[in-house]
Amino acid sequence: MERNRVTIEGNEAVATIAHALSEVIAIYPITPSTPMGELADAWSAAERPNLWGTVPLVIEMQSEGGAAGAIHGTLQTGSLATTFTASQGLLLMIPNMYKIAGELTPAVFHVAARSLATQALSIFGDHSDVMATRATGFALLASNSVQEAQDLALIAHAATLESRIPFLHFFDGFRTSHEINTMEQLAREDIRAMIDDSLVYAHRQRALSPDHPFIRGTAQNPDVYFQARESVNPYYLACPAIVQKTMERFAAQVGRQYHLFDYVGAPDAERVIIVMGSGAETVEETIKHLAAQGEKVGVIKVRLYRPFSIEHFMQAIPLTTRTLAVLDRTKEPGSAGEPLYLDVVTALNESRENSSLDSTQRPVPAHIIGGRYGLSSKEFTPAMVKGIFDEMSKDNPKQHFTIGINDDVTHTSLAYDPAFSIETGETVQCVFWGLGSDGTVGANKNSIKIIGEETDNYAQGYFVYDSKKSGSVTVSHLRFGPHEIHAPYQIGNGQANFVACHQFTFLEQFDVLKYAAPNGVFLLDSIYGPENVWGHLPHEVQQEIIEKHLHFYVIDAHSVANKTGMGARINTVMQTCFFAISGVLPREQAIAQIKRSIQKTYGKRGEAVVQKNFLAVDESLAHMHEVQVPLSLSEQYTRSKVNGASAPARRQPITLPMLSRRPPVPNAAPDFVRNVLGPMIVGDGDDLPVSALPCDGTYPSGTAKWEKRNIAQEMPVWEPDLCIQCGKCVMVCPHAVIRMKVYDPAELKDAPDTFLSMDAHFKEFPDMKYSLQVSPEDCTGCNLCVEACPVKDKRQVGRKAINMAPQPPLREKEKANWEFFLSLPEVPSAHLNIGAIKNSQLLQPLFEFSGACSGCGETPYIKLATQLFGDHMIVANATGCSSIYGGNLPTTPWTYNNEGRGPAWSNSLFEDNAEFGLGMRLSLDKREEYAHELLTKCAASVGEELAQAILHSDQSDEAEIQAQRQRVVLLKSRLAQLDGTEANVQNLLSVADALVRKSVWIIGGDGWAYDIGYGGLDHVLASGRNVNVLVLDTEVYSNTGGQASKSTPLGAVAKFAARGKATPKKDLGMLAMAYGSVYVARVAMGANDQQTLKAFLEAEAYDGPSLIIAYSHCIAHGIDMSKGLEQQKLAVQSGYWPLYRYNPALLDEGKQPFILDSKEPSLPLERYVYNETRYRMLLQSNEERAETLLGQAKHDIQEHWKQYHEMATHSPAEK
Amino acid sequence: MLDLTTTYMSLHLKNPLVASASPLSKKLDTVRRLQDAGAAAIVMYSLFEEQITHESNELDHYLERGTHSYAEALSYFPDLDTYNMGPETYLAHLQRVKQAVQIPVIGSLNGISSGGWVEYAEKIEQAGADALELNIYYLPTDPNLSSMEIEDEYVQLVKDVRAKIHIPLALKLSPFFTALPHIARRFASAGADGLVLFNRFYQPDFDLETLEVVPNLQLSTSHELRLPLRWIALLYGRIEADFALTSGIHTAQDVLKAVMAGASVTMMASTLLEHGIGRLMYILADLQAWMDEHEYTSITEMKGSMSQRAVAEPAAFERANYLKTLNAFEAYLP
Repeated sequence: MERNRVTIEGNEAVATIAHALSEVIAIYPITPSTPMGELADAWSAAERPNLWGTVPLVIEMQSEGGAAGAIHGTLQTGSLATTFTASQGLLLMIPNMYKIAGELTPAVFHVAARSLATQALSIFGDHSDVMATRATGFALLASNSVQEAQDLALIAHAATLESRIPFLHFFDGFRTSHEINTMEQLAREDIRAMIDDSLVYAHRQRALSPDHPFIRGTAQNPDVYFQARESVNPYYLACPAIVQKTMERFAAQVGRQYHLFDYVGAPDAERVIIVMGSGAETVEETIKHLAAQGEKVGVIKVRLYRPFSIEHFMQAIPLTTRTLAVLDRTKEPGSAGEPLYLDVVTALNESRENSSLDSTQRPVPAHIIGGRYGLSSKEFTPAMVKGIFDEMSKDNPKQHFTIGINDDVTHTSLAYDPAFSIETGETVQCVFWGLGSDGTVGANKNSIKIIGEETDNYAQGYFVYDSKKSGSVTVSHLRFGPHEIHAPYQIGNGQANFVACHQFTFLEQFDVLKYAAPNGVFLLDSIYGPENVWGHLPHEVQQEIIEKHLHFYVIDAHSVANKTGMGARINTVMQTCFFAISGVLPREQAIAQIKRSIQKTYGKRGEAVVQKNFLAVDESLAHMHEVQVPLSLSEQYTRSKVNGASAPARRQPITLPMLSRRPPVPNAAPDFVRNVLGPMIVGDGDDLPVSALPCDGTYPSGTAKWEKRNIAQEMPVWEPDLCIQCGKCVMVCPHAVIRMKVYDPAELKDAPDTFLSMDAHFKEFPDMKYSLQVSPEDCTGCNLCVEACPVKDKRQVGRKAINMAPQPPLREKEKANWEFFLSLPEVPSAHLNIGAIKNSQLLQPLFEFSGACSGCGETPYIKLATQLFGDHMIVANATGCSSIYGGNLPTTPWTYNNEGRGPAWSNSLFEDNAEFGLGMRLSLDKREEYAHELLTKCAASVGEELAQAILHSDQSDEAEIQAQRQRVVLLKSRLAQLDGTEANVQNLLSVADALVRKSVWIIGGDGWAYDIGYGGLDHVLASGRNVNVLVLDTEVYSNTGGQASKSTPLGAVAKFAARGKATPKKDLGMLAMAYGSVYVARVAMGANDQQTLKAFLEAEAYDGPSLIIAYSHCIAHGIDMSKGLEQQKLAVQSGYWPLYRYNPALLDEGKQPFILDSKEPSLPLERYVYNETRYRMLLQSNEERAETLLGQAKHDIQEHWKQYHEMATHSPAEK
Repeated sequence: MLDLTTTYMSLHLKNPLVASASPLSKKLDTVRRLQDAGAAAIVMYSLFEEQITHESNELDHYLERGTHSYAEALSYFPDLDTYNMGPETYLAHLQRVKQAVQIPVIGSLNGISSGGWVEYAEKIEQAGADALELNIYYLPTDPNLSSMEIEDEYVQLVKDVRAKIHIPLALKLSPFFTALPHIARRFASAGADGLVLFNRFYQPDFDLETLEVVPNLQLSTSHELRLPLRWIALLYGRIEADFALTSGIHTAQDVLKAVMAGASVTMMASTLLEHGIGRLMYILADLQAWMDEHEYTSITEMKGSMSQRAVAEPAAFERANYLKTLNAFEAYLP
């Protein structure tokens, strides 16, 4: 049979099967399984039919719990159903999984296995999530590669129908889900051959139907529950044989034979590893290498983990086995061993006692050891496998070991030789360093597809991203060669035949050439030509080029890209050069293929896009040059080399201007930042030992300031002659890189020459100086500040009080100015009228330099909250963009003031954030109450006057809070002098800080507030407790790539709403107002900053729950981010986003609690929506529908306006 | 019986009222109503080469931005199956318009590059347009660029397009040529069958409150008639091309003046946008009434009757008249 050879990602391989074999698919975005849902949705939108010729119905749910519930209902009514998930999402499905399995319902869940949130969230791959479901009754089937993920997906769908046991089919998150590999795609005929329709009919027959009614899901009592639970045993006993039979049928149809437990290795192996998932590929390849050298080693690849068939398992173990090592990609703290290990021990033990399970009379292995590897996608390499086998050769191999880390605390880790390699040289290995925004990864995905599908080569691509949303660094690992590639690990140091660096500045930051193999090729994007590039290379790079005898090419890709209209996207240029140098295809053919692929990818976006890409291809080669590599380093380093100095060259004194790689953080940084976070920044976090890391997930605040990223091409420059000191630029800066201060003129005595200042124009601060300062190295160049500046030079209206200018020439000067600025005293906040924008912006932001997108619409709101309340603020942050830019290592933006106070921040989960925050409130309230009780008891001892002052303090403003803080300091000092054995005294000392007001902020995006966390949010709002909820409303799931939420507006295109959302945005504010006891505000800083400020202050002041819904422009809107504020204005002016405040406190004053802060709509909605790609793309793809939905949206706006207007003008009843 | 027919670039039209390029041709419904109201032909709204290029690049930019940068969000939008990014939408609409009405439909093309002009002109012809109107509008901002260079470029464009299409070709001109008669003749020699006078430019305005340069779209008034009127009167009979007068046609009187100056057709949009499509009927009725009243029997009869060559005082169109007009202000002096 003719089958296609394709080069695709694991997610796509699986989704293809799942979509073909389902009638209903319930989805919810969660990394790394999201692409499966997206693909299924896209295919159904494009009306791709399933095996039976009907298009599967795809529905996005409000959470994974919802998806599982929907699937349960779907299955019970007789449909074939599937879902895709990972990690916490899978945990949310567990209750329904018990039900689905308990009712013996055929179904398949496809899981891109991922770590669970413990001491930290991690989006990367391991089996923690899957292992948490092993008691549900689902069968667990593991795939080890992209090919297997497809094959076993089909086997799972086939076996579930026959066995009636639901299947969880899993494969390693990212490693398999996101790896691109060449594989044979199953034909429709293959799928057809594997699925027995009579089993589908049987499934439908068992469905709930009023035509033959029955009930299912009863409640049972002690008399029968137990017996009924045992009634399913025959199905579980039969299941392994059914799966094996299905695997045989698959082999007969397709030719690839799988077993429940696949043994590979020497027939007389003495050392055998047992493993499942992609790690098995690594072990298998290593074994081939070792066995060829005569080593007696083998591996058992576990495929059907549940139901665990001891009989099949025992058959797989060679009789000669002396030592078994069981590898688990999960950790169960406190257990007797990880799950697979325990199962293996049990199996061996049982089989010894029960000859029907194993009749071989095998000798008992001398050792069975268990170990952990690869948590959170930690690399698992052949060198580590060799290390494990070496350990297994020992008389007393280490039990419960770890591999791949350095555990210097409990010494679990095995030593191994990282230099060990099984590479044969037949596979070409290439590494590409790129910037997220330059298109490197996209181009490499494209290249690997061309190589895998248009040549005889097999190809593999894997892509590593950092966790920043702006200026992120990507490293692409590409392999290709004449044989199938089973290498689920990154290209090792010294092994890449080809290294490309697509950004010259990386040479200063990273050891780019560590990957390069001797005699390899190095391609550099460089503004310097072949004649003069050498002198501009850091000496470490020069040294590596010389020592490894690299062939060195340069191209000024940015200039070619600019000239050809490609802007900063150098992908096409670098891709062309790669093909030209690598010779994987004849040059002409390669260029033709690149162009074909450009046509395919961009054709539908228009001819202009295709043509500019073509032009970039055509222009590239003429600009690529090979560099004649000098025989020696630049002069000053040659000296050290000739002298044979033992110290590394980089430590030699520099006598001429010469670049060196710079340290990741300045030497002035605290030890933890330098020693722990620093290595993470440069990609050396793998080398950190266990002891370096906090044991409970606690990290210091204020670390982002040490990671100087220098990603801005341009930065703002202040013009004091125009500045009116309004503070608007400071307020809107998403990264807190623009600050202002007023200070005593005497402070200027040590100012750098270029430090700018002017007379302060604040009535509160007569005779003071004012400065506005930008941090050049933290700025992302987003331009929002310039957009916000209201001043224009009368002589030259394009000039504002703040303007963008190229950063590099300003960097050093402004660095010094920034340092000086920071040394100026902070403005005392106690008696500042912070109700005015300009005053509020004198307050120190305690959220700075996050990795959010350049021009982010969310962060200015968070920053504002920290300016106003940061020193007494506790934050519960829902998972999402804000938890990533707020809490993803290496460095984090939440910081503290000079007194060491600042927001205390935590992220629990996605779904529970409101409850998490409420818990904080309850705890603080309880502790305050207790402190009051104790203080009352100790009043006489500590002084009645002080006690009463504390007990009755009104901490409604900053001055009062600070006064209370002083009183508590005094209280603590008096308590310390009292009898230390007195319980009340000790207790009061430990809770006294609770006497100072604490403010709880619950922060998250619309995915949380409108969807997954809405139930909890609703409950918290109804609780009456004093919490402040800030919803950063981007109207999509931004963090996972723009999936629709219930906040997504009518007519906007989003993932899972590709035809334009057909239903209106949920009016969260109105729902909250319905309680009458919740403060609600809808704000848009770009439209009305004063109203935003007022809302924040009122929310904080309101003694009850407050909800602020903040318009947050987002990259997922498809707008020019520098115009985000303008878009906010248009949203308000068009009536799409009316601004209002609902303050129940006003009711007590007999006033109307609802205040409409925006004017009647004055702009056509088109002026707002058609500035955004999310709306425009519908117009461009389906004009008629776009117009229909726009019409509905306009109608809604009118209706809402009427409603709001009525509310605002309605006289409240007497209370 | 009045004969209102006219011939414009070999198109035989039932009257000289043509709907000029405007949003009115964007919907089949309004196109049909234009025909029903009496329009003799329709010039489609312009296919803007720049707009196509701009929209393509913009769509591509926003779909690509942020992709493959961050592990959790490898893209931010679903990539839809099709985008109406090329001229295809325009061409498909043109085809539908052709099917919807019996009157001639003139395609309109506003381009920037030589390749683009020719390619899109051919496509418009293939889509069934009865004629093509090229809108040449290049705003020279480079002080090094001479008028001769720009004119040569224009003429070459006309030649290139002429060589590729067979339907009549009209050229919509700007009034700002130094030697309009000369360039008009060059265009005619290069293959333009008709000259449309004049293109209206939407000059940006200043907002004094915000100190911003703002786009400004204003509908024409009858006052704007004078400029094309004079130039058609001057060129009529001297240049081997038909003339269409656009800008400032609001009344039957405007139409009459245009025809008398030498225009084969008059084109209108502003008045229809302002007063509705039904305005056409009034203008047509007025036209007939005036002709009846003044005992004209046909449009042909009056065409060019007040061109410079036909009037008793040809100098009225020239500089002498300018001086006279200036002097006329003296009457207003205190």
